[in-house]
Amino acid sequence: MQLDLRTVSIEPLRNGYDHLIRRFGDKPASRYQEGSYDIQATENLHYRPTWDPDQELYDTSITKIVMADWYELKDPRQFYYSPYTLSRARQQENIEANFKFVDSRGLMDMVPDALREQAIRLLVPLRHAAWGANLNNTLICSYGYGVVFTQPCIYHAMDNLGVAQYLSRLGLELGDTRALEQGKALWQNDKAWQGLRRFTEDTLVIRDPFEVFVAQNVALDGLLYPLIYERIVDDKFAAEGGSAITMLCQFQRDWFDETRKWVDAVMKRAAAESEHNREQLIAWTRQWRDRATAALLPVIEQVFADQADAVMEEQLAAFKVRLDKIGVEA
Amino acid sequence: MSTVFIALQANEETRPIIEAIELDNPEAVVNREPAMVKINAEGRLVIRRETIEEQMGRDFDMQELNVNLITLSGNVDEDEDALTLSWQN
Repeated sequence: MQLDLRTVSIEPLRNGYDHLIRRFGDKPASRYQEGSYDIQATENLHYRPTWDPDQELYDTSITKIVMADWYELKDPRQFYYSPYTLSRARQQENIEANFKFVDSRGLMDMVPDALREQAIRLLVPLRHAAWGANLNNTLICSYGYGVVFTQPCIYHAMDNLGVAQYLSRLGLELGDTRALEQGKALWQNDKAWQGLRRFTEDTLVIRDPFEVFVAQNVALDGLLYPLIYERIVDDKFAAEGGSAITMLCQFQRDWFDETRKWVDAVMKRAAAESEHNREQLIAWTRQWRDRATAALLPVIEQVFADQADAVMEEQLAAFKVRLDKIGVEA
Repeated sequence: MSTVFIALQANEETRPIIEAIELDNPEAVVNREPAMVKINAEGRLVIRRETIEEQMGRDFDMQELNVNLITLSGNVDEDEDALTLSWQN
């Protein structure tokens, strides 16, 4: 008996959901597209929120930025729940291994006492700033419009909690619970930290989600992460015998490199939309960059002393190059 | 001119790769078979790392292509940035 095998190609009746086919053409849609586009309700929002009757539940007019289509602000990483959690789980395993490595070999004991004290004073108070970043990104998610824009913000908020936790654990490694108490006391009372604390608290009361985005994710993080983690932790601390600290800050550095691409893509697209948007973004960027500079200067002076100005100058130049590239010539 | 082609498994990993190939080779014909996507092009087909990275939103190593590669035809010119299929050699 002879058996003939042949493939039968069955054409699916529909390649995807209608709203995705309208957007992307008649082809199979990706999971990111299915999970993000046009899901948010746009009409028949019957009731206005009781906590603010002046706005709709999803309202484009809360921000000064105007987009014809908010779904243009795509996340280049295409994160939806599954790839986001998977990639963070991988990073978590990595950093967990680093903590174990440092622990098991007693590497923290080999860090000179003076450097350890300096690390406590510089890094532990930052967990409070990370918590502020968490609240700010949560606000963008809740008041922003369009899932492709707001979805990454809640991931960003979770990441900031993660950063705060890693900083807490680093504090515990450096000086047990005393370090955390000291960090909080510094954040509340020490002169060097009051500028950054003021910045954080002032951003907490901004209502415009896009302004918060610029203040927190573009201006503050765009200066804080390279200054603290690249220049101080990676370059200076590592050279002075603090490689253990560098290992435990790996997530922050990798995370900044990754999320920067998303922040840049959002800014670039929003600025390209209209001259009005571009001018507004430039105005916000200038305003919050100057405030962030003033807030961070006393923080890095703790490490760089009289060279702090020069270091800040260099970082601002790099920041400018980055923003010029995306069309926001601040 | 004769046809070169590449066939990849149809899954979430290859979707951005296929989109990148479509962008770089507007004249290429994409045939979606069951569990496989076969892309034909007249004479030349180029697969660029940079375009894939843009579509994927992460860094991409051209060697990762082999994980989901079923078959290809044409003379291969491969380096870290691109893989080109052609009959010109």
